[in-house]
Amino acid sequence: MRACDPCLRRGALLGMLGPWIARALGQHRRLPAVLGLDDDALVAAVCGRKRAEVDAELARFDAAGMRRKAAAAGLATVCPHAEAFPAPLRHGPDAVAALWLLGDPSRLHALNEEQSVAVVGARRPSAYGLETARALCRDLAAAGVPVVSGMALGIDSAAHEGALEGGGLTVAVLAGAADLAYPRSRAGLHRRIAATGLVMSELPPGARPFRWSFPARNRIMAGLGAMTIVVEGTLNSGSLITAGFAQDLGRDLGAVPGHVTSVLAAGPNALIAEGAQVVRSVADVLDALYGAGSGPLPAPRQAALDARLAALLEAVERGTGSPDALASDSQAMADVVAGLTELELLGLVRRDAGGNYVRCA
Amino acid sequence: MVAVLARAVTFALVGVDAMQVTVEADIHPGLPAFTIVGLPDAAVQESRERVRAALVNSGFEFPLRRITVNLAPADTRKAGPGFDLALAAALLVASGQLVGDPLSAYALSGELGLDGSVRPVRGALAMADACARAGLRGLVVPAACAGEASLLGALDVVGVGTLRAMADFLAGGERPAHDEVDPAALLASAPDGALDLGQVRGHRALKRALEIAAAGGHNLLMVGPPGSGKSMAARRLPTIMPPLTVAEALEVTRVHSAAGLLGAGPLVTRRPFRAPHHTVSSAGLVGGGPVPSPGEASLAQHGVLFLDELAEFARPALEALRQPLEEGSIRITRSQRSVTFPARFMLVGATNPCPCGHLGDERRHCSCPDSSLRRYRAKLSGPLLDRIDMIVRVASPSRDELMAGPGAPESAAVGARVAAARARQSERLAGTGARCNAELGPAQVRLLCKLDPAARAALYAAHDRLRLSVRGHDRALRVARTLADLDGRDTITRGDVAQAVAYREHHASELLGSVV
Repeated sequence: MRACDPCLRRGALLGMLGPWIARALGQHRRLPAVLGLDDDALVAAVCGRKRAEVDAELARFDAAGMRRKAAAAGLATVCPHAEAFPAPLRHGPDAVAALWLLGDPSRLHALNEEQSVAVVGARRPSAYGLETARALCRDLAAAGVPVVSGMALGIDSAAHEGALEGGGLTVAVLAGAADLAYPRSRAGLHRRIAATGLVMSELPPGARPFRWSFPARNRIMAGLGAMTIVVEGTLNSGSLITAGFAQDLGRDLGAVPGHVTSVLAAGPNALIAEGAQVVRSVADVLDALYGAGSGPLPAPRQAALDARLAALLEAVERGTGSPDALASDSQAMADVVAGLTELELLGLVRRDAGGNYVRCA
Repeated sequence: MVAVLARAVTFALVGVDAMQVTVEADIHPGLPAFTIVGLPDAAVQESRERVRAALVNSGFEFPLRRITVNLAPADTRKAGPGFDLALAAALLVASGQLVGDPLSAYALSGELGLDGSVRPVRGALAMADACARAGLRGLVVPAACAGEASLLGALDVVGVGTLRAMADFLAGGERPAHDEVDPAALLASAPDGALDLGQVRGHRALKRALEIAAAGGHNLLMVGPPGSGKSMAARRLPTIMPPLTVAEALEVTRVHSAAGLLGAGPLVTRRPFRAPHHTVSSAGLVGGGPVPSPGEASLAQHGVLFLDELAEFARPALEALRQPLEEGSIRITRSQRSVTFPARFMLVGATNPCPCGHLGDERRHCSCPDSSLRRYRAKLSGPLLDRIDMIVRVASPSRDELMAGPGAPESAAVGARVAAARARQSERLAGTGARCNAELGPAQVRLLCKLDPAARAALYAAHDRLRLSVRGHDRALRVARTLADLDGRDTITRGDVAQAVAYREHHASELLGSVV
């Protein structure tokens, strides 16, 4: 499986123009319009006076050399002219010309056979968001639904982790080259995804991410997913950009509801208000994708707890997760603190950055 | 008139100890001159002018001959104005204005004003100590320092207000009266402060953590958003710590006196609470200067050193705290000598969860870039965190808690529980060198913090599931030991371990809100 020369050339051109593409963006020209320009028009729009230089460099483009470079980085290439190319990405003026893939390219077939779900959200989520994303993706993967996300910190990483836990296919779409882990702190996750899933990018090997390439990556995620689910995000977050792309493409939109007072929940709550599917668990997603009642429901977790721990867990489930709210004096506080740690040790609750306990999904 | 030599004994302050200095005055016929030798600093040199004016203004004669004063031992640098009184006394004897041998039994220390008044000096308690150990009968000090100097009891302390009063006393005249002080009585009658733990509304989890920290002497780090009440609570920590013992109060007084920070009374009766600003230099924190003077860490001796905005402190300043945290003292070495300051304090740190302070806050969004978050966290890790046994999250109090009226006083009840727990510890730790659970070394932890199988299983589970580190393991054991002490038990239960684990250091990734 390999991309044809013109597609490869287009991909290389994006990498070449990367640092300057933002120049062509303006009030009247949005990102999809820019990415939709053909090669000549794109060079003209981006390069200005340096156009001759870029044209000359493009004329010297060596497809075989690029393939060797990709192979050296462990990447495969695929373009829309190949059968395995993900069908959802073929259409539209800003359709992807070439994808660089890390991981076994034969896994692309699964993306054509199964409906995928894109899960996106805040880079600095609450513990609730993390737990929800992780559990949702674990259950989606276990149900055979490929999980697409962006490997960013926070929700994205939790989504991949969950999918890996669930033993299913997970696809990371990166804003930089597929062979470079970005953010670098996710190098381990990057390796594990490549081992059982796919890491993909429309930028050539070695390319660092650019400002514009994040929303560009979001359009690929939205394109791949039959449904895009936003777990947490503020009102002007990148997650809502992805949701916007999904809407433009006519895909389903899902959102995990949150506290109305939480700024992190403002994004998904707004989407729900506008008619997005409420996602409470994997069942809601499967219902939306396959029709109500068709998906397998995971069995609720059973744990034999003594009465004291059960009562504490129930309080945490009701949203009373701060020790302050659970104990009235010093002695009661001793029991509450000890009990919450016991629940933490059982993997039933975890503590968020604010020190409150939330139920693990 | 023949040349006469006179000697007076005084003391120079070296750190928090006093070193005996002999003032030798020699008056010789010749052109009028006044020379001080024996490595005097500028303040000692200026002593000539003060002594001259004070003598004349007190009605004495200033000898218009050749005066040489030597400060022995001559190879140690002398600083400060405290030698004035001894110098004046030696001149009075050498010039024949004071007869007899009054300077053999009494040492003197005091600064002179031009009008002949005697001004207070630093370190009177340390001088009294050195004076008693040197076998002298008494010490003449400024009247304002008489109480402090007589705290030790073993000495005839004479407080003088003027140069004339000193001369009268040394000539065998009236002994200026001053109130007798008894440190035990002073401690017993010390008024309670205005602070009480009950004034902190809500924050039950934090108060519980403070109680545990006070009971075991554990260093504590509070992590919470700005304005959540971290420093308000910390200020009330001394109110639940056991009252100072006489020995402790004397040690604290000695340090504060050496720094010139002794307040109205002769004795420091409350546990110190020091809260240096985060711009403090390392010298300001652990002491320093050409003539080393105690820093905040020493001033917090037997009390609380509170570092608000811990991550904002300069790294050298935090690094400098390592030695006092490990050894309970600070050694400052200069080319000539080295000085040791006591510094046994409870470290209480407070920090925001992130530079903007809103990480984990439901109502505000954290806007810190990841790189600055990482830098911030890195500042909080390392050697300093090694010595912090407990980390507690502080949330902003709810609206209801803020609106509620002031709570009933709590410090007395909590303080009683803390004192009982401390008593159990000192019984167990007698002869080990440690005084509270926080001071247990790795070997002692294993020896003294035995766990039953259930408690051990909890610790193993914490290790596996919560990624408790090796040093986290020891810290949890120390805190668990304190929890058992608070409860009056010898055995550490699973509940103790579970509670202790809740105060562990959280993995950076947990705080960053990411899963891997």
